[in-house]
Amino acid sequence: MKKKTRTIKVDYLARVEGEGGLHIKVKDDEVVDVKLKIFEPPRFFEAFLRGRDYKEAPDITARICGICPVAYQMSTVHAMENAFGLQIDGPLRDLRRLLYCGEWIESHTLHIYMLHAPDFLGYQDAIQMAKDHREVVERGLKLKKAGNAIVSLLGGREIHPINVRVGGFYKLFSKQEFEPLKETLKWARDAALETVRWTAKLPFPEFNQEYEFVALQHPEEYPFNEGRIVSNKGLDIDCSEYEEHFQEQHVEHSNALHSVLKERGAYFVGPMARYNLNFDRLSPLSQEAALQSGLGRECKNPFKSIIIRSVEVLYACDEALRILESYEKPERPYIEVEPREGIGYSCTEAPRGILYHHYRLDGEGKILDAKIVPPTSQNQKTIENDLSKFVPQHIHLSQEQLTWQCEQAIRNYDPCISCATHFLKLDIERT
Amino acid sequence: MNAPDNKTLILGIGNLYRCDDAVGILIARNLNDRNSSRLNVQEQSGEGTSLMEAWEGFDSVIIVDAVSSGASPGSLHCLDASKDTISSKFFSCSSHNFGVAEAIELARAINQLPKSLRLYGIEGKNFEHGEALTPEVEKLIEPVANKIFQDISSLP
Repeated sequence: MKKKTRTIKVDYLARVEGEGGLHIKVKDDEVVDVKLKIFEPPRFFEAFLRGRDYKEAPDITARICGICPVAYQMSTVHAMENAFGLQIDGPLRDLRRLLYCGEWIESHTLHIYMLHAPDFLGYQDAIQMAKDHREVVERGLKLKKAGNAIVSLLGGREIHPINVRVGGFYKLFSKQEFEPLKETLKWARDAALETVRWTAKLPFPEFNQEYEFVALQHPEEYPFNEGRIVSNKGLDIDCSEYEEHFQEQHVEHSNALHSVLKERGAYFVGPMARYNLNFDRLSPLSQEAALQSGLGRECKNPFKSIIIRSVEVLYACDEALRILESYEKPERPYIEVEPREGIGYSCTEAPRGILYHHYRLDGEGKILDAKIVPPTSQNQKTIENDLSKFVPQHIHLSQEQLTWQCEQAIRNYDPCISCATHFLKLDIERT
Repeated sequence: MNAPDNKTLILGIGNLYRCDDAVGILIARNLNDRNSSRLNVQEQSGEGTSLMEAWEGFDSVIIVDAVSSGASPGSLHCLDASKDTISSKFFSCSSHNFGVAEAIELARAINQLPKSLRLYGIEGKNFEHGEALTPEVEKLIEPVANKIFQDISSLP
């Protein structure tokens, strides 16, 4: 009998940051090939940073991504400080966490409401969804704006924040100047709680998988800027050991590099990894909301990442308020930096997962080499693995429905292809 | 945080490290350098909800962005968003999936569109990583800034 083959093809992936494509080949209800295509130009920014002064790096890397500039700045300054033997503590450290809270609120809320929720509710996009769920969309927009209020104040402007420097900040704010933020964030915390309840009611496909989750882990805090890189399969390393354990591989179908654990292959970074490895470090309110939503202390269904993002938005609001309550303006906005020859490493938790930076500097603080590994390239192999398992379980669906659900499965990861790449396009082939 | 008086908000959109995509920002900077009391100039990456936040409270908004419609590089497209539906394909050079067109159409759906929203789209050619603009695109910076400046000056 002639074998039945089918192709699922999406040339242009909608509702992901950036542009990408997917090609899936199915033969007799078995997936024989999955290629998530990402077309990455030469690593422009790594080359662009070479020869630049370390002071320029935070503002240059902030422009790699319009969605998560804070993450790029944070990984940059921590790596430089690591090279110069500098440790930032106290209120300056708290303010960095506050800035990161703003970015998580903005980035997660954008993805939850504008990019991912329409999948679950059967709308083509947020514009169609807004026609039936106007109040929900308005809540999303206002919640996202609360995150922006933090980033634009502390970061110095709305996009590509310019107030961050190696050693601290350029300008600081008084307790009074932060006061209006508190009211905004109190509303945002309630809206975030409502978002957890709302996302928990969405319909989820059954799709529990075994993953190696990788995230930062700090002894006391839910991780933003610091921690060891740990996994549920025993990985427990310092950021400086990253390249001994992780490897970037070239794959023929994509210009982006696939990142794998040398010993075990694909791994999972982002909100679900952070949540599973750090549940106990969430604030009591966030833990309670998560448990009441039915999430449990551990989640292995990537479709439920939308609930976890909502829990993280709630945590970010809660943490931002905690920081603002105890804030006392430091005497100096930054710690003086003495450049020295060396190598610096850092990993911070971008909204989408760990963002690794490594710089080699000369005695004057000039950048000799830079290496940047964004979270999306780390999840790329895991996204392909998900699709290999998801498609056979849903092969009975119409081409249109199956294609939609494959796109939804990709959006579980909120891939930021503009960080990892330039343009992405998607196709699924059933032969 | 906006100061909604009789000023026109100029939103220059783009990425300085994506060749022709920088043109919107460079035109906005050119306008900002003219220090007009009638202008409020902001730079944006093109992420849609941020645009909606930026134009809140403004009656008159001008968006300047690179576009990719298949026309010859350096062509200027002028659109009136308060009258025309904006196709997302027009701004496909943006890496943001919820971008300019989506922001305009979502704002229209929930009645948050400014009274006057005009778009000046400059047809780009090269959106790869880099800092160099295509000559046909670069030479438009000054004339397009002049045109926008004159258009605003003619407003009551």
